[in-house]
Amino acid sequence: MGVIGDAWTWLVTGANWTGDDGATHRLAEHLFVSGVALAAACALALPLALYLGHIGKGGALAVNISNVGRAVPVFAVLALFMMTPLRNSGYLPTVIALVLFAVPPLLTNAYVGMTQVDRAVVEAARGMGMSGGQLFLRVELPLAYPMIMTGLRSAAVQVVATASIAAMVGLGGLGRIITAGFNTYDTAQVFAGAVLVALLALVVEGVLVALDRLLAPGGRRRTA
Amino acid sequence: MAERNCLVANDWICGEYLRSRSQELTDATVQHIWITALSVLIGLAVAFPLALLARRGRHFAGPVLGLTTVLYTVPSLAMFSLLLPLFGLSAALVVTGLVLYSLTILVRNILAGLEAVPQEAREAAQGMGYGPGRLLWEVELPLALPALMAGLRIATVSTVALTTVGSLVGKGGLGNLIEDALPSFFKAQVLTASVLCVVLAVVADLLLLGLQRLLTPWTRIRTPAAQAGLATTEAG
Repeated sequence: MGVIGDAWTWLVTGANWTGDDGATHRLAEHLFVSGVALAAACALALPLALYLGHIGKGGALAVNISNVGRAVPVFAVLALFMMTPLRNSGYLPTVIALVLFAVPPLLTNAYVGMTQVDRAVVEAARGMGMSGGQLFLRVELPLAYPMIMTGLRSAAVQVVATASIAAMVGLGGLGRIITAGFNTYDTAQVFAGAVLVALLALVVEGVLVALDRLLAPGGRRRTA
Repeated sequence: MAERNCLVANDWICGEYLRSRSQELTDATVQHIWITALSVLIGLAVAFPLALLARRGRHFAGPVLGLTTVLYTVPSLAMFSLLLPLFGLSAALVVTGLVLYSLTILVRNILAGLEAVPQEAREAAQGMGYGPGRLLWEVELPLALPALMAGLRIATVSTVALTTVGSLVGKGGLGNLIEDALPSFFKAQVLTASVLCVVLAVVADLLLLGLQRLLTPWTRIRTPAAQAGLATTEAG
């Protein structure tokens, strides 16, 4: 396979990693927009989902928002942003698009996790005299934790994937290596860029799985 | 005069655009539909045997579920680009990428559906002398159909959206129109193509819902059908 050899040569050529179009800068851009967007999406979606789950309302919203998130193409949203003055505001259009697509999995999973907490356990906690806040922090949150983390994982994977599509509308990120390769008919560069993007997504997923194991409340005793 | 102005003024909504480019819009929509439909059908044809294999035990289930999950993690832009050396700039590249994506959802849902078949139903059929093939076709498959259809709907809706990324190689249906409109900031074309994408996804979802109701009339008698939708969204 000549392409794989050429792609390897591309990856080990130092010049391809330096400068504004270099892989190092593109990777930094990618991680920056992904990190900012994921943090913003968590700040937006988690309090809302956990509150709705706690009071047991808004189920239709939580399910529908994830269906809408699936039906709207990322590429179309990014392209629409490029038609507005937003295109001149640096990383902002990418970050907004990433947040929009990270919110549905976060919201739906956290909400479902909260509502799936065994009613008998909640009743028992209430019977022991726990207040709403105590019930939330000591009972519901630890029990909903696995689903919240599942949501975080799929949101993170979604964000990293979406950030690469930003390159198709001319915005920054690792995807630019791929689109630049397409523009110059450089299949080796396209392939090398694709390997980098795929690896990044797999590493992010792996790190989050490891983090999940480390942070899980009460050790790794999943009852679900 | 007023009509020509909306193209010149680059309005978001433009009736003249719809009229003058109706052929282009139809062609893109048709391409979008056949790429999506072909991908989902091939995905289903591949996912079904994989789910049957995964059901045979942990030895198969681990690798099958692991591999499809890894495929799902790979971003679409990278997936299509990794397939470039194999397929070149062709629709086959886009269809292959989309098939690989659909596998995760389809395999998981078919497997969940088959595993939820009550053991008594299976034993009753075996007691009546059903062989393994007939058992699968006449007992297990119909009972697994609601879960399978839920997976099919999710996979179809995601595939409609993902097809736009195929414009990377010029085979993205409505995505091609979006891509073409980018350099000239052609607002009407981007908005029209985007709206059509969402409409396609919604129509496909409703058609599959209708098909599911036709195929499984018995589920309407009991209530848990509504909950199946909720259970599969969390898995996806």
